[in-house]
Amino acid sequence: MTTAPVRDQDIATPSKPKAVVRIGDRVFSAASVAAGSLILFVLVLVAAFLVWQSIPAFNAEAGTLPNSAANFWTYVGPLVFGTVWSAFLALIMAVPLAIGIALFISHYAPRRLAPVLGYVIDLLAAVPSVVYGLWGIVVLARLVKPLYAFLNEHFGWIPLFSGPLSGTGRTILTASIVLAVMAIPIMTAVMREIFLQAPTLNEEAALALGATRWEMIRMSVLPFAKSGIVSAIMLGLGRALGETMAIALVLSVSTNITFQLLTPLNPSTIAANIALQFAEASGTALNALIASGLILFVITLVINMLARYIVRKRVS
Amino acid sequence: MSLALRQPTGNVFANGKLHKSVPWLLLLGSWVALALVFALLNAGGATKDFNVVAAVFLGTVLFDVLIVVVSRIVEGGRKAVDRLITSLVITAFVIAVLPLVSLLWTVLADGLARFDAQFFSYSMRGVISEGGGAVHALIGTLEITLFAALISVPIGLLTSIYLVEYGTGILARGITFFVDVMTGIPSIVAGLFAYSLFALFLGPGARFGLVGSVALAVLMIPIVVRSTEEVLKIVPMELREASYALGVPKWLTIVKVVLPTSLAGITTGVMLSIARVIGETAPLLVTAGFTSSMNYDLFKDPMMTLPVFAYTQYSQQGANPVPFVDRAWTAALLLILIVMLLNLLARFITRLFAPKLPR
Repeated sequence: MTTAPVRDQDIATPSKPKAVVRIGDRVFSAASVAAGSLILFVLVLVAAFLVWQSIPAFNAEAGTLPNSAANFWTYVGPLVFGTVWSAFLALIMAVPLAIGIALFISHYAPRRLAPVLGYVIDLLAAVPSVVYGLWGIVVLARLVKPLYAFLNEHFGWIPLFSGPLSGTGRTILTASIVLAVMAIPIMTAVMREIFLQAPTLNEEAALALGATRWEMIRMSVLPFAKSGIVSAIMLGLGRALGETMAIALVLSVSTNITFQLLTPLNPSTIAANIALQFAEASGTALNALIASGLILFVITLVINMLARYIVRKRVS
Repeated sequence: MSLALRQPTGNVFANGKLHKSVPWLLLLGSWVALALVFALLNAGGATKDFNVVAAVFLGTVLFDVLIVVVSRIVEGGRKAVDRLITSLVITAFVIAVLPLVSLLWTVLADGLARFDAQFFSYSMRGVISEGGGAVHALIGTLEITLFAALISVPIGLLTSIYLVEYGTGILARGITFFVDVMTGIPSIVAGLFAYSLFALFLGPGARFGLVGSVALAVLMIPIVVRSTEEVLKIVPMELREASYALGVPKWLTIVKVVLPTSLAGITTGVMLSIARVIGETAPLLVTAGFTSSMNYDLFKDPMMTLPVFAYTQYSQQGANPVPFVDRAWTAALLLILIVMLLNLLARFITRLFAPKLPR
C-alpha cells in the first residue's frame, strides 16, 4: 500500500499518451463486424425472398394450383401432415437408439474404444443423403417387404398396419427408418457431449454407495442431462423435417392424408415435393412450391431456436 | 442349473455373480442359434436367401432376453435390470451400425461395376443406355464447391474473428445464436433462397453453377464459423498479450500471431465443412439444374454435379435400367470416397500440425 500514492501521481500527470488509432485496426474490425452482420442479414434475406416469392401462391385462385387444390392451404396441408408424420415416426425409432448409443459411448464402452466408436457414428453423418436414398430404395425397401406383408396379414386389425399393402416396400415407414438412421448421428453427438459433462463426483458417490451402473446413470447422469436430451431430440427433429432426397427417392407419393404405414398411397413431405416438382414447375405452381418451402423454413427455424435456447439456458 | 454358472467358490466377493465369460458365451450362443434357424429356413425354402442381418438382429434380441433371465436367477433383481440396460445399450449400438455396414457394402459392391476409366473420361452427352460417364458431374461438383468455399471461408473466418476477438454484447450473442440456428436450415430452403435471389435479378428459371455455389455457401458459412470459433478460442491469451506488449497493433496480432497458430485447426474446419456440403443434392437440384453435357462455365447454363447425377441416373432410368443404376451407384461410391478422403485428410492435418499448446 505504501507505493500506491506514487503510482497515482504517475497516472495523474497531464502528459498521458493517447491511444493511437491505427487505420489497419479500423479496417479490420469493421470488416469483421460486417461479416458477422452479413450472416444475420442473410437470414433476414432468406425469409424476405421466400415471402416475396410466395405471395402469389397465398393469393392464388382455385384452379391455378397443382393437385387441383382449392387454395394454398388445402395444397400444403397434406404436405405438412406428411412432413410432421414422417419426422414423428423417425423420432420414435431414433430417440431410444440415440440415447442408448450415446450412453454406450460415454459410459459403457471401454475407454480406449470410445473415440473410435464415436467416429463410426460420425461416419453415418458423413454419408450424403442421396446415397441414403439409393440405399433405402434398393436395399431397405426390399428387405422390409416380407416384414410388411407379415404385419399387414397378422396385425391388420391395428389401423396403422391396415389398408392395401405396398408392393414395393416404398412406404412412409421405410422412409422414416431412413430418416431415423440419418437423425441418429446428430442426436448422439449432442447427447454424448452432455453425458460426458455429468459431474464425476456424483457418479463416483453413487457407485461408492453400491449402486449398479444403471442406477448410477439413472440417479446422477440422466437428471443432469435432461434438458440436453430434449434439445438433442429437437435438433434431430429439425434434421428429419428438412430431409429431402432420401424421402424423394424412397417414398411413393400421393396427395392422401393417412396414418396407415404400409400403403402405396403415402402423403408426401414438403421438402421431397419441392425436389420432385421443381424442375417442371412454372408460374403459380412454382410460387406454391416456394411458399411451402417458406412454411418448412418457419417450422424448422422455430424448432431450432427452441432447441438452442434450451441448451443455452442450461449452460449459463 | 444356477450353481454351475457361478464362479468357483473360495472368493467371497464373487459369490452370487455371473462369471465374466457368461454374457459372451450367451451372445455367441444366441447368434449361432438364430443362424441355425435361418439356415434351416433357407434350406427348407421358406426364405429366398440366407438373411444375415435378421440373424444377427434377432440373435442379439434373444441374448437380451436370456441374459436378464439368467441374471435374475443368479444375481437378483437389481443386477438383472443393470444387465438388461447394458445389453439394450449395446444392442442400440449394433442396430445403428447395421445400416452403415449394409450401406457401405452395397455402395462398394454395386459401385465397382462402373468404376472404370470411361466413367472418369466421358460425359453423358448422347448416351442413352450403356457407357457414358460422370466427368461433367465431377467437374461441376468441384467448381461449384470450390466457389462456395471461396464465398464462405472469408465470411466465416471474419465472423469467427469478430466473435472471438472483438465481439461483446448483444450483436455477438445474436450472431452466435443465429449461426447455431442456421446450421439447422433445411438444405432445400437454402436452395430456394439462392433461386429466388437470382430470380429477382435475372427473371425466373435462372439455373447455373453460381446459384448453386450461393446455396451451398449459405449452408457452409455456419459450419465454418462454428469450427473456426472453437479453434480461435483455444489460442492462449499469453501469445496475444506478448504481442501487444511489443507494441504490435491488434489487427496485426490477429493476422501474424492468432491465425498462424490456429491455421491447422482452421484448415481442418474448412475441409470438414466442404465434406458436409459436397454431398448436398436438394439445393443443387433446385439451383444448378441438371444436364448431360460438359459445362465449365459457372455463370451460364445448367451444371451437373455428382449427387444430382446419382439422383437423376436412378430416377430417370431408360428402357434398360441396369446401366443407369450402375452409374448411380458408382457416383455414390465416388461421393463417399471424396467425403471420406476429406475427413481423413482433415484429421491428418490436425494430427500433424497441431500446435503444442500448454495444458
